[in-house]
Amino acid sequence: MSATHPELIGTVATAERGPSLRAMEIATAVLLMAAGGIAMADSVRVGMGWGADGPLSGTFPFWLGVILVLASLGNLVSALRMRAKPGSFATLGQLRLVATVLAPTAAYVALIPFGGIYVTSAVLIAFFMIRFGEFRWRSAVPAGLAASLLAFMTFEQWFLVPLPKGPVETFLGF
Amino acid sequence: MLEDLAALGSGFAVALQPQNIALMVAGIVLGVLIGVLPGLGGANGIAILLPLTFALPPVSAIILLSCIYWGALFGGAITSVLFNIPGEPWSVATTFDGYPMAQQGKAGEALTAAFTSSFVGALVAVVMITFLAPLVAEFALKFGPPEFFAVMFLSFACFVGLSRGSPFKAVAAMMFGFILAGVGMDGVTGQMRMTFGSIELMRGIDFLVVVIGLFGLSEILVSIEEGLRFKGQRAVITLKTVLRTWAELPRHWWLFIRSSVIGCWMGITPAGATPASFMSYGVARRMSKDPNGFGKGKVEGVVAPETAAHAAGTSALLPMLSLGVPGSPTAAVLLGGLIMWGLQPGPMLFVEQKDFVWGLIASMYLGNVVGLVIVLACVPWFAAILRVPFSIIAAVILMVCAIGAYTVNSSEFDIVLMLVFGVIGYVMKKLDYPLAPLVLALVLGDRTEEAFRQSLLLSEGSMGVFFSNWLVGGIMTAGLAVLFYPLIGRVLRALSPRAAAA
Repeated sequence: MSATHPELIGTVATAERGPSLRAMEIATAVLLMAAGGIAMADSVRVGMGWGADGPLSGTFPFWLGVILVLASLGNLVSALRMRAKPGSFATLGQLRLVATVLAPTAAYVALIPFGGIYVTSAVLIAFFMIRFGEFRWRSAVPAGLAASLLAFMTFEQWFLVPLPKGPVETFLGF
Repeated sequence: MLEDLAALGSGFAVALQPQNIALMVAGIVLGVLIGVLPGLGGANGIAILLPLTFALPPVSAIILLSCIYWGALFGGAITSVLFNIPGEPWSVATTFDGYPMAQQGKAGEALTAAFTSSFVGALVAVVMITFLAPLVAEFALKFGPPEFFAVMFLSFACFVGLSRGSPFKAVAAMMFGFILAGVGMDGVTGQMRMTFGSIELMRGIDFLVVVIGLFGLSEILVSIEEGLRFKGQRAVITLKTVLRTWAELPRHWWLFIRSSVIGCWMGITPAGATPASFMSYGVARRMSKDPNGFGKGKVEGVVAPETAAHAAGTSALLPMLSLGVPGSPTAAVLLGGLIMWGLQPGPMLFVEQKDFVWGLIASMYLGNVVGLVIVLACVPWFAAILRVPFSIIAAVILMVCAIGAYTVNSSEFDIVLMLVFGVIGYVMKKLDYPLAPLVLALVLGDRTEEAFRQSLLLSEGSMGVFFSNWLVGGIMTAGLAVLFYPLIGRVLRALSPRAAAA
């Protein structure tokens, strides 16, 4: 499923455009450095070093933070030394594909607290089938409902594990 | 030794209970399914099912979950051979020769060879566990906190020193895992660490949720990006194919032995099944009389990686059982299960939980026999799953991941966390950050810190405690040597041409 448009073939640079690997490496290294920095700062807050009754809470995480910062520094340096363009992290077409999956997934996760997990799952499955599988809604909607019902029977009835429920389940008396 | 055999006998009595046999079959079938489906693998499949096993006695639960592991190991081969899609990372090397064999119409032979090799590799590893694990555990009974810290240090050093990728990335991933493990309440002092006032974070970050995100959701994202089209070869395995392939396989006995040894070694040191399969494939090609035939459908090219991968996957349970230090992400999830079921992992397990340990070991023998029969008989059905459109599979897997993340603590926040770690995992995979050290650090973080603190308490704050006797000093020195192995190697290489010139 290459996203290369016919009119762009031949201009390799355009066809493979996307965030560069170098930029992503740098960004990740910086983010991990920040995570290490946060760990160090918080460890200083709770106290590090030797207390009255042994090592304080922050001691171990503090040194982990130090090592994380140093290792990320190493990654940052090697990313900065990548002078030549060794390719892109992902092409724009690929990123668009990832986004078309990630965005509905994020919406799904965001809606679970309100709609419960069963209704949202049915919608997610039906949406995926129509959007990516080119199914008609006539087959997609029953399929989504069937999957949800199966999950409901499995978890609520068989394993007795309650999952998040929304207004529809309440209306049905569960 | 005799004592162990008697214990193994009673283990078989436990594993052969009807309920446990049923769980074994269910586990294998589920495991093969998980191995076949993209986005579900041994580690996150087990992570999703773990919260559902509380109702079972621990030994039944571990039999179910470990059989899912064996099933996933078998299942990876099916997609590799028939679809040229490695269902699991450790079956990448199997695609090199397995798929060409299927294209030549020898799919049945390739699959029979793959399953049989998996079985042999696992069997060798289980025999090794049977005899070695009790000895290691007995030896480890002498360990105090400094020695445990040293063992963990050694296994984490292995990730850095023995990995093929950037050592800095391995260290960064590992430290990120350790820091995540530290989030929440400190069990010793009761202080809140890195929670920033968030109530959700006070409970800590559950490794199961992280595993589901890192290995499940991110896998879906990577698969989507590659634009999945399942176009596979068909295979029917007849008894005739099986017997003919089996008649040929004994000729490769030396390959089996060598690949099993590579697998066992790589499984005990936490290098894992994936590098083991690549290494075994590489060695097989280098030592073959016909190295150019590899990659074009040579049965040796299927036997070598599959034997090693299964041997490694199985022997990863040896350090998990005897020391409480898992050798692979999946073993780490199983170890997390032990803790959740209220068992204390470590050498005492062999003393206090004899039934559990030997029941598990016996189930490894039985589970692999059951697994071999099931996969040989049911390949067409399992392969049919990949003919279900990806749009349905992906959506159902997303639902399963969300439910799995929720059931860990009945928390909706965990579903969000799973999503976040899915994206983190996607970026890390694309940038070649290894995920295994992150997961192991997250699982072992608390126990590593505890060992570290107790050691320092013993010595009243002196780091000298980690070199205070030959045992702990030896393990620490080995760890340091492995850790700086890439550096030492570079220095030696830099020196050697000069030495040659002189």
